[in-house]
Amino acid sequence: MKLKVAFYWCAACGGCEEAVVDLGEKLLDVVAAVEIAFWPVALDFKRKDVEALEDGALAAAFINGAVRTSEQLEMARLLQRKAQTVVAFGSCAHTGGVPGLANLYPRETLLRTVYQALPSVVNPEATHPTPEVRDSGRHLELPQFFDTVYALDQVIEVDYYIPGCPPTPALLADAVTALLAGRLPEKGAVLAPDRALCDECPRRDSKPEKLALAEFKRPHEVLIEPDKCLLAQGLLCLGPATRSGCGWRCIDGNMPCTGCFGPTSRVRDFGAKAISGMASLLGCNEAGTIIRALERIPDPAGTFYRYSLPAAPLRPRPAAPSAAQ
Amino acid sequence: MSETSPSSAESANSAFEPKIVAFFCNWCTYLAADLAGTSRLRYAPNIRVVRVMCSGRVDPQFVLDAFAQGADGVLIGGCHPGDCHYQEGNYKALRRFHLLRRTLEQLGVEPERFRLEWISAAEADRLRTVVNEMVEQVRARGPFRPKAAPQFQEVTA
Repeated sequence: MKLKVAFYWCAACGGCEEAVVDLGEKLLDVVAAVEIAFWPVALDFKRKDVEALEDGALAAAFINGAVRTSEQLEMARLLQRKAQTVVAFGSCAHTGGVPGLANLYPRETLLRTVYQALPSVVNPEATHPTPEVRDSGRHLELPQFFDTVYALDQVIEVDYYIPGCPPTPALLADAVTALLAGRLPEKGAVLAPDRALCDECPRRDSKPEKLALAEFKRPHEVLIEPDKCLLAQGLLCLGPATRSGCGWRCIDGNMPCTGCFGPTSRVRDFGAKAISGMASLLGCNEAGTIIRALERIPDPAGTFYRYSLPAAPLRPRPAAPSAAQ
Repeated sequence: MSETSPSSAESANSAFEPKIVAFFCNWCTYLAADLAGTSRLRYAPNIRVVRVMCSGRVDPQFVLDAFAQGADGVLIGGCHPGDCHYQEGNYKALRRFHLLRRTLEQLGVEPERFRLEWISAAEADRLRTVVNEMVEQVRARGPFRPKAAPQFQEVTA
């Protein structure tokens, strides 16, 4: 009998689903080897089909996306019960991802911004999402929108992590192969190489021994040379702090690394380590000059915790919503 | 980002004693603290000193961890510019400090709670002034209450 697997998405953009589709013809090999029992984005199975499975009937559940609503939490818990192995697939499930930056703001501010304040919003009746709606004698319940975005392992136990925004099809294929062969590593492992991207970068030879940057440049401000170390060109490239395994997709696209593969096993707090590494590259020693050089990074939390804010040890204390917002 | 001000209940709470984690470099600020001790200088007893070999050894992870574990403030003390025992460790600390402070502000940690000072081995007086000043500023801000990390059992719909 073929092993059953499930794919599910929580608070995600759909890019991780794209990574599965990007397996291309290899997807046929996957389908030949395993039975996909649940994959809402592509196959017409319903939640009741998963509920009907015996506990542990799934060999693995690949869950992408962060957890932001009560429905996502219920689905994550359901899949955990049905699956022998839970794989957090992609940056959002791994460390919270881009949706996790919402933790910088309280829920009320977010809802008011999206449903009222934005200039393009037309909402004269001030309709606001609520968990319960009564209309013409009918009663509808909607998922609750939490005030915090969670990484997957903050709400259920996770066995493995596949990082990336999105992960590469190759990492997924490797994970499925390892699952089939029964040679998955120790529980809790990140299924990607445990080295920094900088170590394996194709531009590595052009990285100077010592960098002393006068300022950071933003990608739209410079003509980026295609073969030279991006740090040496003054670009904020997080390669020194980021786990490898992405296949240098951004570097090959002539763009600096933004850190989607998260930290290596030696680092607990990706953002803090990235701040440490990047600030040290400046060549200036005087406070005023340093402050001016760092002003070229307009949003440090969004830059260094772009994919990992929910997983960071220090959880943001969002300012109370003010009347002006 | 809008200002977070302590509630009036917190500022009125005179029983609040701030806990401040102080990372002092082995060659200058730690010796200043030592001198303050042997000179019988009195200063606010709110700092918990961690001796590091250099202010440049203070990994931003230490600072974030200190706040995450309930410190009300973090003070880093190093040698004056040009005096670093390792030539330029204190410059590295300075660069990291400014980037980290802006990040901390975005995370809801007010600037008064995180401070970097150059204090030489002879400046016991200055150590006293800095510590007293910081303790009062942090006291005025009230306790720092980090949002607790969720445990998966606790997250309920």
